[in-house]
Amino acid sequence: MNFQLSEEQQMLADSAKRFVRDNSDVEKHRQNKKLMPLDAATWQQFADLGWLAVPFEEEHGGLGMGQLETMVLLEALGEGLIMAPYIATVVLGGGFLRQASAAQQAETIPALLEGKLQVAFAAEEYERVFTLENTAMAAEVQGTDVVLNGIKSCVMNGDQADLLVVLARTGGQPGDQDGLSLFLVDANAPGVERVAHRTVDGRQGAEIRFNQVKVSEAARIGELNGGYAIARDVLHEGLLALSAESVGSLSVLLNETVEYSKTRNQFGMPIGKFQVLQFRMADMFIAMEQTRSLLLAATLKTVEGHDDAAKAVHAMKAQLGRAGRKIAQEAIQIHGGMGMTDELGVGHYVKRVTGVDGLFGNADVHLMAMARSA
Amino acid sequence: MDLRVPEQEKAFRDEVRTFLEESLTPEIREAGRMVTSVFAPVKEAMAWQRILNDKGWAAPHWPKEFGGTGWSVTQRAIFAEELVRAETPPLVPMGLHMCGPCLIGCGTEEQQQEYLPKILNGEHFWCQGYSEPGSGSDLASLKTFAEKDGDDYILNGTKIWTTYAHYANKMFALVRTNRDGKPQQGITFLLLDMDLPGITIEPIVGLDEVSEQCQVFFDNVRVPQKNRVGEENDGWTVAKYLLTFERGGQEYAPGLNVMLEKIRLMAEKQQTAFGPLNQDPVWQYKFAALEADVLALEFTEMRIKSALSAGKDPGALSSMSKILGTELLQKVTELRIETLGSQSVIWQPQALVPGEEQPVIGPEYALTAMPHYLNSRACSIYGGSNEVQRGIIAKAVLGL
Repeated sequence: MNFQLSEEQQMLADSAKRFVRDNSDVEKHRQNKKLMPLDAATWQQFADLGWLAVPFEEEHGGLGMGQLETMVLLEALGEGLIMAPYIATVVLGGGFLRQASAAQQAETIPALLEGKLQVAFAAEEYERVFTLENTAMAAEVQGTDVVLNGIKSCVMNGDQADLLVVLARTGGQPGDQDGLSLFLVDANAPGVERVAHRTVDGRQGAEIRFNQVKVSEAARIGELNGGYAIARDVLHEGLLALSAESVGSLSVLLNETVEYSKTRNQFGMPIGKFQVLQFRMADMFIAMEQTRSLLLAATLKTVEGHDDAAKAVHAMKAQLGRAGRKIAQEAIQIHGGMGMTDELGVGHYVKRVTGVDGLFGNADVHLMAMARSA
Repeated sequence: MDLRVPEQEKAFRDEVRTFLEESLTPEIREAGRMVTSVFAPVKEAMAWQRILNDKGWAAPHWPKEFGGTGWSVTQRAIFAEELVRAETPPLVPMGLHMCGPCLIGCGTEEQQQEYLPKILNGEHFWCQGYSEPGSGSDLASLKTFAEKDGDDYILNGTKIWTTYAHYANKMFALVRTNRDGKPQQGITFLLLDMDLPGITIEPIVGLDEVSEQCQVFFDNVRVPQKNRVGEENDGWTVAKYLLTFERGGQEYAPGLNVMLEKIRLMAEKQQTAFGPLNQDPVWQYKFAALEADVLALEFTEMRIKSALSAGKDPGALSSMSKILGTELLQKVTELRIETLGSQSVIWQPQALVPGEEQPVIGPEYALTAMPHYLNSRACSIYGGSNEVQRGIIAKAVLGL
């Protein structure tokens, strides 16, 4: 057992931390009162730094790295509340493209690596508590084609995406793992209608309507009705990345709260001297470190292919939701009125970690998944 | 002891319901339905206040001679419950619930005659100048200074978290008139016009992207001494009078029950892979835990009303109600975002602005969930933070 970063991982961490030191997005969050287009310059910088290539094989022009490197990078980006859609395009999008056919890969991966292709995973649906199995949207098989009809909700990066990975049901009933299929759909294809919206964390998502959208066999990832396993593995990579990013954000929330309590004076002393607040900040610290431990557990078990890796991923997302809620609420309470403002960074971090719990199943959903996977 | 409802109270409830049915306009109902804060949109809240005032019902808690209704404690509670059940926008409290009672208890007859009718009819829109950047929980440390000059005071300093100062034409403020001795003893309660030379108002944008709060700056602002309420250096007594007047005045349980019922309906619509979410044992457990807490609070609030009706001091019970009410509100808004999952992540605050024809993305019932969750985090901070409230219980009730 060794939890030390390798030299290569340390270099990646250092470069990400340097980037964040120069490019924190907190001010951007403050300015961000309407839907903002992709920050193309930052994305190009990501490409130039080689970050878009992290999880791709060397034969595809990638760096051949894995979830540990993604974790190191995302944690740093989370500290700076960086809005770039890395998880949507590189982790989820890239994860699906790595499972795609050679022809699909040749068409997409080079553009993605150059920073010229944005991807979104269209998975969630209105009024359906998210799990992959609970997907209801229909894809009707017509010969070798498939016709998509229905609505996907809260698709992160959905409006900026050039390419959609759509999870739909070609068989079975909601609740079944069998019968799910994955399709690559041109975001500008006829019948695809996108309504962009902001998300609470200052990023952007979209409602995506599919109206008789016809895709060919060549657009499918994996087997017909056999998309579940691929979707689960890629989603879990996305959850690892989301959690790594959030651990970075949580550490900032904790540090800012502790620092504020040292400088804010009431009743003749810094409020950090009051034992009641000390205990609560100690609990925030414990909650954050427990989240970090589960992040390591889930990431290492996934990288090494342990049997209980999926269970650890569920535990991690659940812990992220619960610890994130607690740390965010305490951060506001201890900051007092200042924590409620758009002006301080703390509120923007709070909104991010609150939003993250709601994406791809909240703490309750993942605890139940954990219970059922045992 | 019993829970029976006398016939005349049932008749009163019917009277209130009929009135609400007949007098609420679609715009006012819409504003009430979309509320995500204890502070409703100003235009609709004031329109609603004018309707209530025409009926003589704007300030049921005031003594009858000043424009109150003369209702019993129970009738007032029924009225408040019905307002909540009909989802009316809450009235702006700074005049009706704060400044008004202070003037009734501590103002001169002249001040009462000048200000109280205009509080009722909404001509005067008040804001509260209490907190300062360095004085929040420790309010008595406030520094905004009022220096005597002829018949006036000259004000210098700043106030913060001044709700709706950018809409107000009047402010009641606690200011320092003496820097010696105990901090509480050098504070004076002043009334002032918001258009006086030297006043600058800066709105503060909140987490929900709404400017509810402001910071107000005073640069040599001249306020006549006759605008003082109570004696000089005795403003703390005036401020404390408000607390005794308000004791047991606010009830949280009726509103929480309305919210819980709406969440139950939302959960019915959310499908899990095993059926609707409201049939999910984990969700049921969480919902039931909150229902139990709210039922307990409802009866705590009834015990307060019962004591007040009998002319007794509810004492410790009313100290609890702010803590319980605000923290249960926070938990209820939290269960709502948990029930809605990613639907609460969609952020469209502009769709909540009355009159904006902004199409709603996703289920309309999800629209208020996240803004309300975020806004309600302030409830345990304002009005004496819940840490301060717990300190009061420890000290004054438990004798620690």
